[in-house]
Amino acid sequence: MATVAITIEGVPHEVDDRRNLLDICLSLGYDVPYFCWHPAMGSIGACRQCAVKLFWDDDQQGEIVMSCLTRPRAGNRVAISDPEALRFRAAVIELLMTSHPHDCPVCDEGGECHLQDMTVMTGHVYRRYAFDKRTFENYDLGPFVTHEMNRCIQCYRCLRFYVDYAGGHDFAAFGLRNEVYFGRLRDGALDSEFSGNLVEVCPVGVFDDKTFAAHYTRKWDLQTGPTVCPFCGRGCNTIAGARYGELRRVLNRFNGDVNGYFLCDRGRFAYESVNGPERVRRPLVGLSGLSASELVRGLGARLESALGERRVAVGARPRVARPRPVGIGSPRASLEANFALKRLVGDDRFFLGLADGEHTLVERAVALLRAGPSPTPSLRDIEAADLVIVLGEDLTNTAPMLDLSVRRWARLRPTADEERLGIARWNDAGIGMVKKEEPSALWIAATQAGKLDEIAAETFHGAPDDLARFTLALVAALDPKALRRPPKGLNAGAARTVARFAAALRAAERPVVISGVSSGSLPLLEASAALARALPGAPPAGAAPLALVVPEVNTLGLMLLGGERLSEAFRLAVAGDVEVTLVIENDLYRRAPAAQVTAFLRACGTAIVVDHVTTATTAAAAAVLPAASWAETTGTFVSHEGRAQRSIPALAPPRPVQPTWRWLSALAAAARLPVGQDWLTLDDVLDELARERPDLAPAALAAPPADARFVAMKIPRQPTRYSGRTAMHADVSVFDAAPPDDRDTPMSFSMEGYREQPPAALIARYQAPRWNSVQALNKFQEEIGGPLRGGDPGVRLIEPPAAPGPPPPVPTAPPAFRPASDRLLAVPLHHIYGSEELSMLSPPVAGRAPEPYLALSPGDAARWGGREGAPLPVLLHGAEKLHLSLPLRIVASLPEGVAGLPVGLPRQPFLDLPAELEIDHESRHV
Amino acid sequence: MLTDSERTEIEATLAHYPHRRSAASGAMRIVQRHRGFLSDEALADIGAFLGVSVEELDSRATFANMLFRHPVGRHVILICDSDCCYVMAYEQMRDHISARLGIGLGQTTPDGRFTFLPIVCLAQCDHAPAMQVDDDFHGDLTPERIDEILARYE
Repeated sequence: MATVAITIEGVPHEVDDRRNLLDICLSLGYDVPYFCWHPAMGSIGACRQCAVKLFWDDDQQGEIVMSCLTRPRAGNRVAISDPEALRFRAAVIELLMTSHPHDCPVCDEGGECHLQDMTVMTGHVYRRYAFDKRTFENYDLGPFVTHEMNRCIQCYRCLRFYVDYAGGHDFAAFGLRNEVYFGRLRDGALDSEFSGNLVEVCPVGVFDDKTFAAHYTRKWDLQTGPTVCPFCGRGCNTIAGARYGELRRVLNRFNGDVNGYFLCDRGRFAYESVNGPERVRRPLVGLSGLSASELVRGLGARLESALGERRVAVGARPRVARPRPVGIGSPRASLEANFALKRLVGDDRFFLGLADGEHTLVERAVALLRAGPSPTPSLRDIEAADLVIVLGEDLTNTAPMLDLSVRRWARLRPTADEERLGIARWNDAGIGMVKKEEPSALWIAATQAGKLDEIAAETFHGAPDDLARFTLALVAALDPKALRRPPKGLNAGAARTVARFAAALRAAERPVVISGVSSGSLPLLEASAALARALPGAPPAGAAPLALVVPEVNTLGLMLLGGERLSEAFRLAVAGDVEVTLVIENDLYRRAPAAQVTAFLRACGTAIVVDHVTTATTAAAAAVLPAASWAETTGTFVSHEGRAQRSIPALAPPRPVQPTWRWLSALAAAARLPVGQDWLTLDDVLDELARERPDLAPAALAAPPADARFVAMKIPRQPTRYSGRTAMHADVSVFDAAPPDDRDTPMSFSMEGYREQPPAALIARYQAPRWNSVQALNKFQEEIGGPLRGGDPGVRLIEPPAAPGPPPPVPTAPPAFRPASDRLLAVPLHHIYGSEELSMLSPPVAGRAPEPYLALSPGDAARWGGREGAPLPVLLHGAEKLHLSLPLRIVASLPEGVAGLPVGLPRQPFLDLPAELEIDHESRHV
Repeated sequence: MLTDSERTEIEATLAHYPHRRSAASGAMRIVQRHRGFLSDEALADIGAFLGVSVEELDSRATFANMLFRHPVGRHVILICDSDCCYVMAYEQMRDHISARLGIGLGQTTPDGRFTFLPIVCLAQCDHAPAMQVDDDFHGDLTPERIDEILARYE
């Protein structure tokens, strides 16, 4: 890199000559119109919109260049407002607009349209083209994305994103000249898990959000909040938008360390549970006619009597003389809600509410991450890698945005060839050509084939124990002294595969290891950490960064907080040691066998559930208190990376709904407990967390505190042009309703407040003068593609120890998997649409989910006489014996002796996997 | 399913390309020569053989002038409408052919003898106006020459 001196609009600047002029001008705050260039996808020079005049040395004539394709050279003078460049750009947009329908009033893009912005910016105001416009027919692209090809200006961004970056196959550009058509071959749902990004990538209204269209609102009428996606453990940053008390859409919120410019379709389209019929909107009790406050008083009294013994016993010997309350936390509830519950019931009576197997795995994952020695990789770390190895995770379905991150890395990863050939990072066509000829640097070992396999150098498939053995064999190949007993007995094929993987790993300088808990295998988890330690990494740690996928938005936060096992709560209750049970935001029937949960709920005294959706658990509870949904509550969530992020609501919960921790505070007050009564704002809870748990104190820094003010003002969630404020409650009262108070954040539910750019964690929409579309994001970053001004939000809670302790003992290899003659090993299969609880309450997402099935290898299918699609009765030997009859799906990549069962699907019993499974001959022959 | 001869011919071209998918355009020409045009089924057959998505094949097929996604007549007339030919009375030639055959651009005669298509340049500028019928070039066109040329294609 070199810094060169150039002038832009006569102003001298020192700029990085590796960047292009468009990027440089935008980063410096100049407005240059563009269409085909995208900050995450680079330049192809297709639209000719970003033309500027470039003068070399003492040249007075200058030349028109495409700024997105031009590198700065010392002495260059760039004139954006040169009259010739202005005319050129106006002519380009006039041509692009010849067939544009000018249907802005009925177009969902209107008001946040990049084409509108660019047209105004370019000064093309009068239409001269008096001929027929070309028109197209559109396709039904499924439940997520609309299609209106007449609006297309042929920038090719959709194709580049969908095919080149997201790896989709069912999308293409057809035809030529002014009749290029972007879409599928025929009607049908877009197959890519990232199709929703077309909504933001398309600069016009060809692809828009179909779920949003069903309850459409202009951007200027949306009240928005900076939320954290609640649908997996990745913790992507989102902007949720609401109107009339209804959540209406979700957009990407840039975080360069987490999700960059994109979201997965689950994250974008699964928000309906906030509005849905499953919502708990008022207290539910067996007795009708009880108000929220009466109920809280009653429950508080119940709690008080249950806790009475403990309060009397303060200072005395901690001996339980009578049953006491227990609290069951949740990986989908905030850190604050879980902490509040833990304070209420006491450390020894707080149970995490995870399935037992998952509890073990996540506990180990946290220990491995804490031990380091490398910090877990952020998105930026992954993008800088020269090799990625994925172990046992089907990322497309367990952490979809990691899949997209790996794909984008695979396309853009820096290599020596580009350096040698002088190809700039932003030269998308050039990089694409180089990458086509380069061997892949992605290596995968997994139970069965996944979508990422097609861009992998090689994929190894095996049973979970064999994956662990395979991984340990790699460790042994890299460092012969690392293992006392390297796994023996790999067959010749596997040994050759190990050799090829090991050769690639040995040559890597900046490898990243991605593993996780989704396969349910502890040996694999430990082997993955051992592999990361055996690989090189940046000093001081000197080991490869290790990313471990966990399933839910706050799984990691819950485990960092710490608590007992759910099964222990069950044991206490059945032993008669539980008087009152508080369950927050958790459906226990998804965590343990139904018989155990039912027995627990019968024996646990008064079961009080605080949740925002009805579940099998709320149905069995004595009382249900209506919690604020993820879009209505402020809370901190810890991603799988260990990053604490504040989710700030888009809308205020309707009374009497309130955040879980406030219900707990109210119960504490009603029960006259010594804790919890002084929690008036979220910051009070966070202060107490910092006092009690100094290791988690940084969580408070994830966003500015509620009393932060900006020029003595709060930050408004509503845009200046927000309409109808005085009218929208007129059916209730003709008096103007006061905006709801937000005591937990420095943001307001109103139009008034601080109008300049807020701190990064409080950005609720991207808009800047002359930039009304999502492209206004450029104005919020320190430089294009760079962090948001002031740094990307989030605080890491897990940092490697300053003085690394002794490495954890390298695990011993489990014995090789040998399928029993009459048994199969059932492993969990994850589905982006289906395995997550809340997202399945959204009809568009539920419609894409599979029905329960049983996956077998072709060999096992033949052996057990199963036909594709025909039901096969099976007996699962998990924590309880479970009879199931499931249609067979033959999966060619599944190893012999391994069966796959989709987990998490609604109306499906809890599946305790991995577990042994047998084909149930008896019921078959009946 | 590709026929044996289609497959053999495509396989013979594979060695010319670094990747299997690079052979796609050539493969489509081969199959078109056998089947007259590229049906959806033909694209699916080629896609399965080369490991290329039908979307990608159709993307190329709809881009290329010489690949036909609809049935065409026994003979295909491609008339150049590019600059030189345009200056040298392309419109008159086009109208003459239309009148003679009773079809417009993009159409096929009812007897299936001719399909009439425009093309952007045949590199016969020094003999403008020009057209191509099947694999033969014809330049310096006049209405009389056109009548004479068309009569040669049964």
